[in-house]
Amino acid sequence: MTGSLRLAGGLIDRSRTLRFRFDGRSFAGHPGDTLASALLASGVRLMGRSFKYHRPRGPLSAGSDEPNALVELRRGARREPNTRATVAELYDGLEAQSQNRWPSLRLDLLAVNDLLSPFLTAGFYYKTFMWPRGFWERLYEPAIRRAAGLGRLSGEADPDPCDKGFLHADLLVIGAGPAGLMAARTAARAGARVVLADEDFLPGGRLNAETHEVGGMPGAAWAAATAAELAAIPNLRLLTRTTVFGCFDHGIFGAVERVADHLPAPPPGQPRQTLWRIYARRAVLCAGATERMIAFPANDRPGILLAGALRGYANRWAVAAGRRVALFANNADALRTLGDLEAKGVEIVAVADARRGEHVVATRGRHGLSGVTLRDAAGRMRDIGCDALAVSGGWNPNLQLALHHRGRPVWDDAIAAFVPGPDLPPGLTVAGAAAGHFSTHAALAGGAAAAAAALADLGRRVAAADIPQAEDAPADLRPLWQVPGVKGRAWIDPQNDVTVKDVVLAHQEGFRAVEHLKRYTTLGMATDQGKAGNVLGLAVMAELTGRSIPETGTTAFRPPYTPVAIAALAGRAVGPEFRPVRRTPSHAFAAERGAVFVEAGLWLRAQWLPQPGETHWRQSVDREVLATRNGVGICDVTTLGKIDVQGADAAAFLDRIYANTMSTLPVGRCRYGLMLREDGIVFDDGTVARLGDAAYVVTTTTANAVAVLRHMEFCRQCLWPDLDVHLVSTTEAWAQFSVAGPKARLLLARVVDQDISDARLPYMGCAAVTVCGGLRARIFRISFSGELAFEIAVPARYGDAMIRELVAQGGDLGAVVYGTEALGVMRIEKGHVAGNEINGQSTALNMGLGRMVSARKDAIGAVLSRRAGLQREDGLRLVGVRPVDPAQPLVAGSHFLAPGKAAVAANDEGWLTSVAHSPQLGHMIGLGYLRNGAARCGERLRAANPVGGTEVEVEVVALPFIDPEGDRLRG
Amino acid sequence: VAEHRLAPRTPLGLAEPARDRVGALTVEEHWATAMATLAPRRGRDAEVAAAARDWGVELPGPGRAQWSGGRGAMWLGPALWLMEAPLADSPDLAAELAARFGDAAAITEQTDAWARFDLAGPDLPRLLERLSMLDLATAGPGFASRTVVEHIGCLIQCRAAGRVSLLCGRSFAASLHHAVLTAARTVAGAAG
Repeated sequence: MTGSLRLAGGLIDRSRTLRFRFDGRSFAGHPGDTLASALLASGVRLMGRSFKYHRPRGPLSAGSDEPNALVELRRGARREPNTRATVAELYDGLEAQSQNRWPSLRLDLLAVNDLLSPFLTAGFYYKTFMWPRGFWERLYEPAIRRAAGLGRLSGEADPDPCDKGFLHADLLVIGAGPAGLMAARTAARAGARVVLADEDFLPGGRLNAETHEVGGMPGAAWAAATAAELAAIPNLRLLTRTTVFGCFDHGIFGAVERVADHLPAPPPGQPRQTLWRIYARRAVLCAGATERMIAFPANDRPGILLAGALRGYANRWAVAAGRRVALFANNADALRTLGDLEAKGVEIVAVADARRGEHVVATRGRHGLSGVTLRDAAGRMRDIGCDALAVSGGWNPNLQLALHHRGRPVWDDAIAAFVPGPDLPPGLTVAGAAAGHFSTHAALAGGAAAAAAALADLGRRVAAADIPQAEDAPADLRPLWQVPGVKGRAWIDPQNDVTVKDVVLAHQEGFRAVEHLKRYTTLGMATDQGKAGNVLGLAVMAELTGRSIPETGTTAFRPPYTPVAIAALAGRAVGPEFRPVRRTPSHAFAAERGAVFVEAGLWLRAQWLPQPGETHWRQSVDREVLATRNGVGICDVTTLGKIDVQGADAAAFLDRIYANTMSTLPVGRCRYGLMLREDGIVFDDGTVARLGDAAYVVTTTTANAVAVLRHMEFCRQCLWPDLDVHLVSTTEAWAQFSVAGPKARLLLARVVDQDISDARLPYMGCAAVTVCGGLRARIFRISFSGELAFEIAVPARYGDAMIRELVAQGGDLGAVVYGTEALGVMRIEKGHVAGNEINGQSTALNMGLGRMVSARKDAIGAVLSRRAGLQREDGLRLVGVRPVDPAQPLVAGSHFLAPGKAAVAANDEGWLTSVAHSPQLGHMIGLGYLRNGAARCGERLRAANPVGGTEVEVEVVALPFIDPEGDRLRG
Repeated sequence: VAEHRLAPRTPLGLAEPARDRVGALTVEEHWATAMATLAPRRGRDAEVAAAARDWGVELPGPGRAQWSGGRGAMWLGPALWLMEAPLADSPDLAAELAARFGDAAAITEQTDAWARFDLAGPDLPRLLERLSMLDLATAGPGFASRTVVEHIGCLIQCRAAGRVSLLCGRSFAASLHHAVLTAARTVAGAAG
């Protein structure tokens, strides 16, 4: 069929022509068209192939419920599969391709599946492809996936951003048809904050598709006038192209606004889609209804459309879906199709009114409908030539959102459909066709009443709405699900190729519960989520089981209402913006020096700072370690958590938080501390500095800064609310630098204004000082490296200047800036535990710190740390390890095995937790947990890494590796 | 003010605060305010409230902030306020408050703990609805709360009609600044 099928009238802008391409061919349409309407106007009915049988398909509907006309929209990285042509708004330059066909849409060789359909029934792949066993994953599944399926992803990164936002409303109105417009108008005029969202680009719903009058004017004109009035009300937000896809807890709704999907590409800076989280005190669901099919043989050919869709194409888009149209319906409403089409000059060739026992029993046409066979009440057959068939089996209210809280719908015999039941989500009501009230008057009045009730519920007075005049015809329908007494495949779910036979098979094989039916046949699993076929499918199952439809029940309704791209859910949080980044005060300084950064949680920390000529990270790290051990090194340690603890009971609080005693700490001193979890496992370590009588600063590891504060707040607020103690994080307030090495004091003396000699600031001392001529600062004499070391803290805004000053002042001392890698090497050399040892499974005893758990007081975790199982003499103990052959590498994670024992779990004696190359010693060293480790110094073991296939002979050695007497530390 | 030789940097790492204009929206980095937390010690609430009043600020209730004469207080949690004063007048606000409140309250330095961005413009509600889940269109001056912006824990303070301060941990400054400007460009583009 070729040539224009454009009719007169319609809601398209004929003053402009839009050019577009489908499968490489050029077409034209107008603003207001969808891809489907423009293709139909150009005589194109064949738009896709079905999922399993590759049957030729054209549009069944004119809306978001479309199961057939799925296309790939756009090209290159912007290509989007499974776009419904019925809702793809036409724009100039639009490019679309059909999908799931090879080599072309008209000649699809995979249509051979249709001939094989007797073998491809529901669940066929559960029963075939069983052997040889190994073939499923390698051969069968990939082949099936290639043959079946929907569109192709581009495989490229999405070039367009998506955004998100948050809206708040007294009343959310979902859908801008007659009910929604009246609800929104009623509420907005009363001064309520209203959000009105509609998935279409043109508000009005069915008013745009029908010829009904509202208030004496064409329904579409009334909708346009009302939408214009609403758009001008400041307390109303009109969101078109916006699908409310989910009803979540506490009045929260999810909505996707397609901001730029109707454009070739988003304007600069604009998102393609925006995900809105809408907080609504009340909501009215006015989502309308979806027309349903009747099951009869070959009811899936292009040219067979729902009657309402056919009217919509004619009235709204001025398109005849065919030149000679037949009608098959079980309700009076569908008969309006005749008048609407005849008024537009389209020929009606036959009517089969199922209420009178007339049925369509067969259809013909290869790539599109060419004729149907009618059977009258007396059983007489008649062949009719036609190129379009309008079908209506009644309408299903769009009650999905009302059931997202797992409410169950109830059956309404008058319309033979499910309507919302009594157990709706709190604050949500349903109006109009979504509530099963199908007349225009009922929609208008129902919308206004729902809004008034919602506002009254919020304590607002609402003036009685003025309901415009409109038709109020009763539903006149006789249920018909499948045409009786016919043979041949009759489609229920066209998108997933589920036919009546599949439902019969499911019944025969015992999959009779609706949820089983769904999974066995894939009924309702496609992108249309069962809008086209679910009720029909369970009605057929009900007929087979002899139960009623409400007894048969529905499957659970879950978000999203229509497909939502993952990109919309991700929003801006993609690629490098997946999560925020925390920068240290010395970030710019380190970056200038070419630092290699490492992620530590959200923090970026300098890992090492290469110097010219260094080509391997080990060169940089070895240099940083040796320069620190021989001179002085500077490291940004701002990332360590700092928690200000104040109050009369601060000392008592810290005694309960830490395994060791803190209350005896004098003012001006620091102490290493170990925090346990309630179960006795080590939680975190750090230092406590006592700055005043009732003022302490707790430091935590970088990784646990937040967790420790949260834990302490829990203890303060929930466990011991009677204590006078106050916690505030000061991590970000201070830039803190470690200055370590034999020349550390020499360097710091040049910047600290006060005396920091050993007498004034002994090991583990702390003090408030000033630096560089009067800037307030804090100094702590603590060491992680094992060297004479200090940490100096200045207000964070001076951190950048401070590290530059230290480097400048330390030039003649050979001062070096070191990163986290050198920090790690030095702590391993000193045998200090870190994250690899504080691994959430290890006790203080395991770490060789058992005596830190004070027996003279109680503290969190102390009691459970004394469980017999954790106190075993032969349990894991932290040991040092070196390779017997110094040239051999150590691999962290390697497991210790006795010589000659097989590398199996039963022989496991522990594992290497941390390893490093010690530039001081000239070979690799490691820390590890070893069974009965304290008693095994000097023993030789194997460190086996079966995953990597390596094994090294190691010797257990005493810790630390360097400066066992601590002479350097006390410098 | 002590004369020392170190030059400060803004949270964005600049010598002077960043100032961006996107359409009708301005986004300004602000670093001229000193901050410290104030927590009354057990049983000293009335005393602390009175001393705060003497200092010039009424301690506000949940979800509120109070400003007068350049000084201010924001409710951060039960018995916890974020106090502020012009940095030029109060170069060491924590010490100043500690002296004033004595042992009646716990005071903690916060001046450089926060990066602050002042947002202003007629499109502010459209900007904020893309950043925060809070209902800021109706919040009005004096509203102040914790919120989350692009996974970053923030404080938001409505200082006047069309003028809002957004604060985040100093280390997050670049990420928050980027998020705010990105949203501002979206809003400006949609308006234009």
